[in-house]
Amino acid sequence: MKEGRSRGFYILAVFFAAYVLFLYGPMIAIYILSFQGPQGGLTFPMNGVSTYWLSKLFQGTGIIDLGASFRRSLLLGIVVMAITVVLSVAAGMAFRRRFRAQSILFYSAIASLIVPSIITSLGISLEFRIIDDLIKAHLSDRFETSMGLLTSGLGAHLTWTLPFGLLIMFAIFNRFDPRLEEAARDLGATPWQTFRYVVLPIILPSVIGIGLFGFTLSWDELARSSQAIGPVNTLPLDLQGLTTTVTKPDIYALGTIISAVSFVVIALALGTIHILTKRQASKGSDAGKGLV
Amino acid sequence: MTSASDDILHQTAPGLARGSDTARRGKTARLSPSFISWLQAGPMMLVFLAFFLIPLGFVVVVSFWDYNEYQLLPAFSGRGYTDTFEGCIAQLPDLCTIGKTYVKTLKLCFLVWAITLFIGFWVAYFLAFHVKSRTWQMGLSLLCTIPFWTSNVIRMIAWIPLLGRNGLVNSGLIGAGLINQPIEWLLYSEFSVVLALVHLFTFFMVVPIFNSMVRIDKSLIEAAYDAGASGLQTLVNVIIPLAKPGIVIGSIFVITIVMGDFITIGVMGGQQIAAAGKIIETRLNALQFPAAAANAVILLAITFMIITMMSRIVDIRKEL
Repeated sequence: MKEGRSRGFYILAVFFAAYVLFLYGPMIAIYILSFQGPQGGLTFPMNGVSTYWLSKLFQGTGIIDLGASFRRSLLLGIVVMAITVVLSVAAGMAFRRRFRAQSILFYSAIASLIVPSIITSLGISLEFRIIDDLIKAHLSDRFETSMGLLTSGLGAHLTWTLPFGLLIMFAIFNRFDPRLEEAARDLGATPWQTFRYVVLPIILPSVIGIGLFGFTLSWDELARSSQAIGPVNTLPLDLQGLTTTVTKPDIYALGTIISAVSFVVIALALGTIHILTKRQASKGSDAGKGLV
Repeated sequence: MTSASDDILHQTAPGLARGSDTARRGKTARLSPSFISWLQAGPMMLVFLAFFLIPLGFVVVVSFWDYNEYQLLPAFSGRGYTDTFEGCIAQLPDLCTIGKTYVKTLKLCFLVWAITLFIGFWVAYFLAFHVKSRTWQMGLSLLCTIPFWTSNVIRMIAWIPLLGRNGLVNSGLIGAGLINQPIEWLLYSEFSVVLALVHLFTFFMVVPIFNSMVRIDKSLIEAAYDAGASGLQTLVNVIIPLAKPGIVIGSIFVITIVMGDFITIGVMGGQQIAAAGKIIETRLNALQFPAAAANAVILLAITFMIITMMSRIVDIRKEL
């Protein structure tokens, strides 16, 4: 191997830079265009600079109630995040021992990840429709529907976020040193104490990563929500509906707002992870630094 | 520990003995390991059962139900399937609608797969072998991951100001005098669908391939170089075989996503391009649930076949 930078490095570096530009370029274009002047259209050039379209969104003068969808998506995202974190960490712990039905759970997660979203979504909607029919037939005629944001919608989102959470847990525990737990046990810690004071602090940065995945995947989820969300809409569904009708930059403004929330969450999560890892690096191990 | 040694322990090191008492009390109250495993894994299993496995069962069952204009009729019928394959035998040797749709879906799938594999492989290669510092490696990986955490629809509509009739590309080309009239096929076409799918899902290729590549022992590459292998020979005979698990996993992700996609194809194709996922959506909008379910079963079967073929090449479980 040659030392220093080879020709291949420069070719690939340019290729990589082009890929990054391809990833970010179009997104940046619409963030700029959402500051279009009041007379501006859907494309460049900018026709003046203003916050007209952004403020129009907040005034709620649009066709749909975006504020309500915004709050619904936020609520769902937070609930999905919390459940994803708790269930993934728990199941991740379980996978460190052998247990029956282990492979069933593993393959369910993988299948849930790769079965086309529309099929899962259709299945959930059929399931709830049949439940509805049963309730109407046997319990109450006036019953409307059991489908909704926090029933079928929540379930649909979890089938998408939990596999990611579980796979991240696998990655964490592949690198986890079980001797740390043995040491805790030898010192008389109960299983709960071992988890709470030894395992959890070590895996915490990655657990925040799972939360980040849980929230952002739910916040932007579309395909699974499409059939399973019930009578109300989430923000991405509203946005998708607008793509066919809107000819004004409000769609970019909405896109910018949704992305802004994503970026705030990403920044918060990454910042926390950074601080935690730093703290671990400075205070984590005192091996070899003891008095004896 | 025997009681004699316990006594000694109590006398010599009371603190330590207290610890072992706590441990013992813990032990008597401790639940059996398999019960704990169930407690830990059970909730996730229940979610998959209620919102994935049972729904999947309903899709299969309902695909054999009958239907009319406004409701499901729980009686056995093959109508969902016969409606789907209507005219397929009569029109032979020409392809019927469903046949044409699947050919088009597979074509899109193949194009997107080939392009994402090419881009994903070289991006992962760059990150794994050319970026030496850990910090840079993490920073650049993060740069590739952040768009994945933002909305897909936004990343689709982001192409409109670039590719539209009056978009940047067209006005640029006209300005440069290369064309006289705007190119129409840039947006709402198969081109824009493939472009958007590549834009959205190359990430799914980069991650597993990168994962396989960082695990390759660098000394193997040096050994190949010392044994006189050229760069290309090292790539073909050492790196690609060792990165194969990542390539297969990435391919499975991309192929299954594109096979079932209806949103990207809808938005970027101007709702004009038929695809496997789009048929299901159309049937659903017409409230023909058994027909939609039948199409879902067909799509599932084809996707499953593709995955089985690919997973013959690699054991997914071992790669995690």
